[in-house]
Amino acid sequence: MIGVAKPFPRNARKAGSFALQAALVIVVVGLLYGAFINAADNLAHANIASGFRFWNNTAGFDISQTLIAYSSSSSTFGRAFWVGLLNTLLVAGIGIVLATVLGFTIGIARLSRNWLVVRLAGGYVELIRNIPLLLQLLFWYNAVLKALPELRHSVMLPGGGFLNNRGLFLPQPEFKPGFGAVLIAFFVALAAALLLHVWARRRRERTGAQSHTHWWTLGLICGLPLAVLALAGFPLSFGFPQMGHFNVVGGIEVLPEFAALLLALSVYTAAFIAEVVRAGILAVAPGQTEAAQALGLRAGATLRLIVVPQAMRVIVPPLTSQYLNLIKNSSLAVAIGYPDLVQVFAGSVLNITGQAVEVIAITMAVYLTISLVTSLLMNFYGRLSAIVER
Amino acid sequence: MAAVSDMPLVYRRPAPGEKLPPPSARVGLWAWLRANLFSTPGNAVLTLACAMLIVWAVPPLVRFLLVDAVWSGADREACLASPANPGPGACWAFVRVWFSYFVYGFYPIAERWRVDLFFAALAIGIVWLSWLSAPRRGLGALYFFIVLPVLSFVLLYGFPSIGLIAVPTTLWGGVLVTIVVASVGIVASLPIGVFLALGRRSELPAVRLFSVIFIEFVRGVPLITVLFMASVMLPLFVPGRFEPDKLLRALIGVALFASAYMAEVVRGGLAAIPRGQYEAARALGLPYWRMMGLVILPQALRVTLPNIVNTCIGLFKDTTLVFVVGIFDFLRTIEAARGDPKWATPTTATTGYAFAALFYFICCYGMSRYARSVEARLQRAGRS
Repeated sequence: MIGVAKPFPRNARKAGSFALQAALVIVVVGLLYGAFINAADNLAHANIASGFRFWNNTAGFDISQTLIAYSSSSSTFGRAFWVGLLNTLLVAGIGIVLATVLGFTIGIARLSRNWLVVRLAGGYVELIRNIPLLLQLLFWYNAVLKALPELRHSVMLPGGGFLNNRGLFLPQPEFKPGFGAVLIAFFVALAAALLLHVWARRRRERTGAQSHTHWWTLGLICGLPLAVLALAGFPLSFGFPQMGHFNVVGGIEVLPEFAALLLALSVYTAAFIAEVVRAGILAVAPGQTEAAQALGLRAGATLRLIVVPQAMRVIVPPLTSQYLNLIKNSSLAVAIGYPDLVQVFAGSVLNITGQAVEVIAITMAVYLTISLVTSLLMNFYGRLSAIVER
Repeated sequence: MAAVSDMPLVYRRPAPGEKLPPPSARVGLWAWLRANLFSTPGNAVLTLACAMLIVWAVPPLVRFLLVDAVWSGADREACLASPANPGPGACWAFVRVWFSYFVYGFYPIAERWRVDLFFAALAIGIVWLSWLSAPRRGLGALYFFIVLPVLSFVLLYGFPSIGLIAVPTTLWGGVLVTIVVASVGIVASLPIGVFLALGRRSELPAVRLFSVIFIEFVRGVPLITVLFMASVMLPLFVPGRFEPDKLLRALIGVALFASAYMAEVVRGGLAAIPRGQYEAARALGLPYWRMMGLVILPQALRVTLPNIVNTCIGLFKDTTLVFVVGIFDFLRTIEAARGDPKWATPTTATTGYAFAALFYFICCYGMSRYARSVEARLQRAGRS
């Protein structure tokens, strides 16, 4: 039955909406206040301190991977926080690079003209996307990395590293005094290459003449640091890991937890990035490619100058949200004991101090900050790359 | 002028040209192979590389999972290398022995018919709602969102006054918990998500602000921290003598988390409805809730159904995270059983994970096929 809707008097509607908002505010504030009162009461009963004074207390627990100096006997909870945050950023940073490379490869492979390649890439995406990340993580950790040979039967890698069920051990580069010059040379080369690029573009816009700067750029960026390295007498050596009876001495140690998390995150996120890339390339209208061909552009130039710039505009926003997902998913580290922010801070520190509210608030604030900063940058990019309409 | 007239005005080929070879076949197996696998040398190399990859990976996998697998046995002896079976494959005997634990957890054996009944009732609800031309779909929605939750609670948790003994949630486990977490997440997140999405598009500043803050906050943090918050902070926020159930805490966390994502999906659907629909509804004099309920939401939810299903897939995969707050979902039961010394073999872990992967893959792949078929149907409907 359709009732005859009475027109709402304007004033009544205004009053109604005001009442609705007031009710919402009262309910939310009331809930928050009630939670606050209860929490204070419960914490007082359990003899748990509140506030952030614990930040400067001695932590007293060990962390298996520390990028900055940390010792269980003298470092504070605050220091442990930074160690955890850096570990999160390390695994997320490398994971983003690997996932991007793998994801773009597979996404482009799904658009290949080769039937077998298309099927394989499609199979990868379907398989990986439909299995929970946690399951994949446990698989890599428990079924693959923990099943590697023991220390005594380590797999020798070419170049002096080895691999066993305690992790991956790689030679560690040791920088001697003169190495700073090489770094300076690298940045000088980078700046020169940029200037060259700008000059080439200006010239092209003024005269229409193409200049092939690729080889010059490559030569500058690789050649200059290498030349300085040779001139300075190779101020670089490698410390090779040595196998002892019970453990490995020297070299860089890559924990199996780190490797498993990195593998799982990259493989999983790559499947999603592949879909983003595929959708982005398909979103470029076929007329664009045809028009480019009609203008006489070759296949490579069509891709580089016409398809990719337009596809990127579609790809970048969802790609960023995949990066954010990867960063958030790195918190699964807690399931296998990789000392990331959640495991160190919301795990160990929370258990020792018992200050759940403060610890979880800080942890969430970190992730929120990362998300908000990324979306701000995203909006900026969106405005930068928006189509300029005349 | 003579020179010009000497020049031939037309060109005539003095002799027939050479015969061209017949065009290569455009149909048939050989032509298909040429076009799809060996069109250029680069493509041929790619094809060979992929073929090698398949040859390298697939036969050992099949051998491990099926040919060399151990299908029955009483304990680890069956799955260890022996003269009869020097390289044993997957230890399916382990899955067989633990199977009922994987499905029900420690749910009392005499009461397991209640779980089976719950699965059946849920299956009816899912089929009713997802089959787009099913009869009385409105009634189906009522069943799914109102009747089913009450029925499931009575069945699973128990209701002593009608003879169903109470089963505390600490005994629940396995697929049961996975399904309960996923379905509570879906059933709760859809309505909350709709309200949040409407709130975010509302003209009332307080409502809009609240919705935006909630959605952006929850979407900005990992599910694990939400679960930690629910399991550690929730007990602090309620009066001391009242200790919320552990599973309930996780359910609240999952429901809040899923609502924020559902809200964004619904908002996408709302944005896809042309302005004219709103204006027409207003012109008919429909007040806000009638306009939304009768005109906008039915269209918006239909348009965005594939995305809703995709969110459900994500939610279903995310249920595994309740693992970290100590709830025995399906994956956690596999992890627990894997540690049983009676079944400690080199292949136990891999077998357990393969079984879990199969379960999640079938569920998620099924949902994604469904989302795609709905999408195709919507596109057909849009074109006509």
